[in-house]
Amino acid sequence: MNTRQMRYGPLPVERVDVAVIGGGVVGAAVARALSGHDLTVALVEARCDVGDGTSKANTAILHTGFDAKPGTLESRLVRRGCELLGDYAATTGIPVERTGAVLVAWTDEELAALPGLAAKAVKNGYDRCEIIGAEEVYQQVPALAPGALGGLTVPDESIICPWTTTLAFATEALSRGAYLLFNTRVEGVEPPSGTAGDAADTVLRTSRGTLRAGWVVNAAGLGSDVIDGLFGHTRFTVTPRRGELFVFDKLARPMVNKIVLPVPSSRGKGVLVSPTIYGNVMLGPTAEDRDDRTDTSTSEHGFAFLLEKGRKLMPALLDEEVTSSYAGLRAATEHGDYQVFLDAGQRYLVLGGIRSTGLTSAMAVAEHALGLLGEAGLRLDAKATLPDPPRMPNIGEAFPRPYQRADLIAEDPAYGTAVCFCERVTEGEIRDALASPIPPADIDGLRRRTRALMGRCQGFFCGVEVEGRLCAGVARANREHGEHGDTEKTGEAQ
Amino acid sequence: MSGTNGVAPDVTTESPDVAVVGAGPSGLTAARELAASGLDVLVLDREWEAGGIPRHSDHTGYGLRDLHRVMNGPAYARLLAERAVEAGARVRTSAMVTGWAGERSLDVTTPEGRIRVDARAVVLATGARERPRTARLVPGDRPPGVMNTGQLQNLVHLHHREVGTRAVIVGAELVSWSAALTLREAGCRTVLMTTEHPHAESYAAFSVPGRAVLRVPVATRTRVTRIIGHHAVEAVEVEDLATGARRTVPCDTVIFTGDWIPDHELARAAGLDLDPGSKGPLVDNALRTSRPGVFAVGNLVHPVDTADIAALDGHHVARHVRDYLTGVLPQGPGIPLRAEAPFTWVSPGLVRPGAGTPPRERILLWSAEQRLVARIEVTQDGRRIARRTLPWPVSPGRVFRVPSSLLSGADPHGGPITISLA
Ligand SMILES: Cc1cc2nc3c(=O)[nH]c(=O)nc-3n(C[C@H](O)[C@H](O)[C@H](O)COP(=O)(O)OP(=O)(O)OC[C@H]3O[C@@H](n4cnc5c(N)ncnc54)[C@H](O)[C@@H]3O)c2cc1C
Ligand SMILES: Cc1cc2nc3c(=O)[nH]c(=O)nc-3n(C[C@H](O)[C@H](O)[C@H](O)COP(=O)(O)OP(=O)(O)OC[C@H]3O[C@@H](n4cnc5c(N)ncnc54)[C@H](O)[C@@H]3O)c2cc1C
Repeated sequence: MNTRQMRYGPLPVERVDVAVIGGGVVGAAVARALSGHDLTVALVEARCDVGDGTSKANTAILHTGFDAKPGTLESRLVRRGCELLGDYAATTGIPVERTGAVLVAWTDEELAALPGLAAKAVKNGYDRCEIIGAEEVYQQVPALAPGALGGLTVPDESIICPWTTTLAFATEALSRGAYLLFNTRVEGVEPPSGTAGDAADTVLRTSRGTLRAGWVVNAAGLGSDVIDGLFGHTRFTVTPRRGELFVFDKLARPMVNKIVLPVPSSRGKGVLVSPTIYGNVMLGPTAEDRDDRTDTSTSEHGFAFLLEKGRKLMPALLDEEVTSSYAGLRAATEHGDYQVFLDAGQRYLVLGGIRSTGLTSAMAVAEHALGLLGEAGLRLDAKATLPDPPRMPNIGEAFPRPYQRADLIAEDPAYGTAVCFCERVTEGEIRDALASPIPPADIDGLRRRTRALMGRCQGFFCGVEVEGRLCAGVARANREHGEHGDTEKTGEAQ
Repeated sequence: MSGTNGVAPDVTTESPDVAVVGAGPSGLTAARELAASGLDVLVLDREWEAGGIPRHSDHTGYGLRDLHRVMNGPAYARLLAERAVEAGARVRTSAMVTGWAGERSLDVTTPEGRIRVDARAVVLATGARERPRTARLVPGDRPPGVMNTGQLQNLVHLHHREVGTRAVIVGAELVSWSAALTLREAGCRTVLMTTEHPHAESYAAFSVPGRAVLRVPVATRTRVTRIIGHHAVEAVEVEDLATGARRTVPCDTVIFTGDWIPDHELARAAGLDLDPGSKGPLVDNALRTSRPGVFAVGNLVHPVDTADIAALDGHHVARHVRDYLTGVLPQGPGIPLRAEAPFTWVSPGLVRPGAGTPPRERILLWSAEQRLVARIEVTQDGRRIARRTLPWPVSPGRVFRVPSSLLSGADPHGGPITISLA
């Protein structure tokens, strides 16, 4: 399948053994896991790229799961997912930084809650938390506002690149033979009408035509309840819970070497300050229930709230410039846990309500999903040979980037030609992204693959240069695949 | 991995007398003068072509005070680059300075490899940029079509690309009118210019005919509170600051102009003292920073003045760099120079007795408010040392100049000097 067929024209396949709906981090992890077996697999995504929904807009923490609700599926899968993804990241080069976290208590009540949190962590299988005094808190995070009373350390909380993670899963699925079908929105479902032959298939009506599937996995995130409804179920309702975030200039990074967590309250996890894998500092998220599942706009009251929190947590941070602000929508439901249900009769599995920990848990969710599907009768024969896992370009700051590598530049001058100055993205990296197995379809896609345009100038200097390269690259790819493609975004999540 | 002197084996080393970072008007002018006096000067710029911002500012208005003629931006940029090269400076483009390897040593990435530049003196001339939408905390949707003047002019002048048909310009400074001109050239109508100030800030001389010729409606005392549009800009929400009333203005392009911030990354990475007002490195009348042998010029220290003023900084600094290299630059503590509101910064921020006058014998200030009558007062240690009414107004969005002779009564051993409006 070529890159044009991924995005445009009639579907390149009529029937697959398993269709995974939703190309977020969860769907991509499931498609990757399934395609390691003798099965035809399609990842069906409404948007023009993988990871363009909630999976691109989160706080990017690889959680230990220390604060999950003990005994839940979420607790188990976060813990397991953290291990699996940590290993996978090391193999594929997904940037991870083992920063550790410190949870800070500001009131006597919060201070009193720390021992309970440490005990809860143990129940979640995590025993490395430690209670520390105020002095130690300030040693770990000197820029913190005065008034901290104590803290709890979580030495294994880490930061990760969410974009590379989803892309790595999808890239590996592709190399294992899965179909990646973008701009393909599932609009109607005809569940199996019988138990044998064609009648045992589900028919998916999509914006690019009909796809038949032996089994269907619903990983549609914010749209998972809608798809569940198309299968005739009314088990949960997704309420998008908006989280707004500020990303501060890299010049702020020396202030924050650890993830600074608030003590969780009944109203949620609260606002954190965290380094990002790209060398910035992040402040957020807010938590606000909304109706519109497509509305990822930021708001005045959200900004005001973040500024007030920032002033209380780390006033010096607010002297730095905000390089970016965005909002992500958590797929919250009326239930406290992930919504995972298998309907063996319909040969259908839903992985819904994966609200605020799905980046961490995705690989474990996939492992769990395969277990359930296998039990329900899906034949899972491991492929005899598998291609090597992909080696992803490093866009994090934990390892040398191409512009710093004299060896790379000596081999290829394109790695010595900076195009996006603020983020130090070189010609070579942009070229590589455009020639990669899943090339970007738009400027956002290029940004997620290279960091171009993500920096403090927001395009003042390089915007035109970067966009020009993207347009040329997309046009070239379309020419090579023989047809004249339009590069416009079509699909859209609900 | 590292060689004997701590440099990785495949990194080349250069050892010029002076390294100039940034080939804009200020850096190129400094380089020309330094090279003309026989020094080995290496200019580094990350762009593929020297010249700085004027390269894509394709309108007239450049060169008045430094070259005594008026020319358009690209021609001006070319001329300054040619002159620097003619004088013997080595101008290296596609050379991005990424950090410091020592007190006066720079790490540089170029297509030819990683370079380490060990200079005897460094002149930082990295310029300034406009604050983007994100830094101004304007919420709403995040569609394409929202940009700064810099990107707009790049798009239109260097790449001849199209913009939309209805633009809202945020800001009413000089640069905002420059944006309006560019938009008109690109066939895009400016449907509104918004400014929080009670007056359009730029020269009356520009804005009156500007308004007439460009027919740009200016909404004073307003601000943009939201951007609307999922895949493309559809409108902005504009608030009337006096009444709090809001309205939506349909448009497909939003240009955020002015609101400058110095490109101070290298200055900060070096740990140089900063001016809290301008956020550029703190300099004295000789344009030296807090690190010996490191100087700073142009819009990096006064965000933002015209190109000729930046160029004349380059002219000014050359003498002091030479003095530094020959060991005759006067030492001793400087007297802090401060400005009271409505001024937000003053440059230079330090007066070093014995180091001569600042560039052009002018102190530069930036104001947040308009004052038609500029009665300036200079005080030190509770004592008034000068008072004068200057014949030009104080306007936000453009530099206000005060003759440095007003400081001549200062006590060289005294405390901070304060400039205020009486
Ligand atoms: C503010 C915020 C902070 C967070 N922080 C963290 C964190 O620090 N660590 C962590 O582990 N997790 C975090 N999360 C959670 C994590 O981001 C999510 O759990 C995860 O991204 C969910 O992935 P997903 O694949 O289920 O959903 P999504 O990424 O939303 O993917 C679902 C996909 O399905 C597609 N789709 C929907 N309907 C259809 C249809 N009808 N047809 C075809 N395709 C369809 C959508 O276009 C979308 O791409 C955070 C979330 C938010 C919002
Ligand atoms: C839209 C617009 C219109 C204008 N119109 C006028 C006008 O009509 N008349 C007028 O006189 N002035 C005008 N100006 C102002 C004028 O352009 C500036 O005053 C002038 O360019 C400042 O010169 P500079 O040398 O300080 O910096 P710049 O011109 O900004 O040059 C800085 C240089 O440093 C380089 N650089 C930065 N960091 C690095 C690094 N790490 N490594 C290598 N290189 C680096 C940059 O690439 C750039 O080339 C205008 C400005 C704008 C934005």
